[in-house]
Amino acid sequence: MPHDHHDHHTPPRPDNDEPLTYWQTMEIAVRELLVEKGVTTPEEIAGAIDRMDARSPTDGARVIARAWTDPDFKVRLLTDASAACREMGFDIGPMHLIALENRPGLHNVVVCTLCSCYPRYLIGPPPDWYKTRAYRSRTVREPRSVLAEFGLTLPEGIELRVHDSTADMRYIVLPERPAGTDDMTEDALAALVTRDSMIGTGLPRQPG
Amino acid sequence: MTSRVRVRNWHPPGHIRTPAYLRGKTGTIERKLGPFPNPEQGAYGLAAKNLALYRVRFTMRDIWGDTAEAPGDTLEAEIYAHWLEPAD
Repeated sequence: MPHDHHDHHTPPRPDNDEPLTYWQTMEIAVRELLVEKGVTTPEEIAGAIDRMDARSPTDGARVIARAWTDPDFKVRLLTDASAACREMGFDIGPMHLIALENRPGLHNVVVCTLCSCYPRYLIGPPPDWYKTRAYRSRTVREPRSVLAEFGLTLPEGIELRVHDSTADMRYIVLPERPAGTDDMTEDALAALVTRDSMIGTGLPRQPG
Repeated sequence: MTSRVRVRNWHPPGHIRTPAYLRGKTGTIERKLGPFPNPEQGAYGLAAKNLALYRVRFTMRDIWGDTAEAPGDTLEAEIYAHWLEPAD
């Protein structure tokens, strides 16, 4: 029998009508002053937010797929990932990017224990869990357990390398190209690259 | 800078980008980066001195001892030059 009746009792999301925090008040004050003094405009600020929001993991996926299909590009990506992204036409702002290559026997995963540093200029804002204290503290202490909770159980013979994004660099994982993809185009390959596979908490999708 | 380095076991107050769990730990320099302006000065609007930044590789045993989840796994972090001392 089809289950066609759904209860519509999802609790409403609470309104954010708590008092502003100190830093929210500070942000509004500074923003209003900058507008008042003609340094910037609300349109300029909204435009900058739009441009950041438009960045998404699909841009990073195109970089990964290019590295899978073009060995010379892969060398350039591993030598200077910022330059390689710019070469593909991505505006990554001032970001200093390092690409970390997964290979047989080595898996990389990225965390920022101090805050939530993330290559947003290439792949957009981080997922909420990336910013949690649990992910940030556990990924340096028990990374294999963390990965297992993401569904990625690493065999003992594989070295796991954790990258703590503590300062000026940002990181993207270059996952291994899935087997059975020899005939796929660069565009089709890009569709296999997930956000989590570029953080290291997952692997690319399998073809088919 | 030698390739084996120890992260200074300093605990100064304020804006620090050396995680507490790495202070006093010994690792190996993976590569040199920078120079970048010292965030410990920049965070306070002070003139920030340019410093070399090192990616240092530790084994999980270096950091957590024998209680590490997998002692042979590794961890890399960026540490500013003034936080490192030769360990050889």
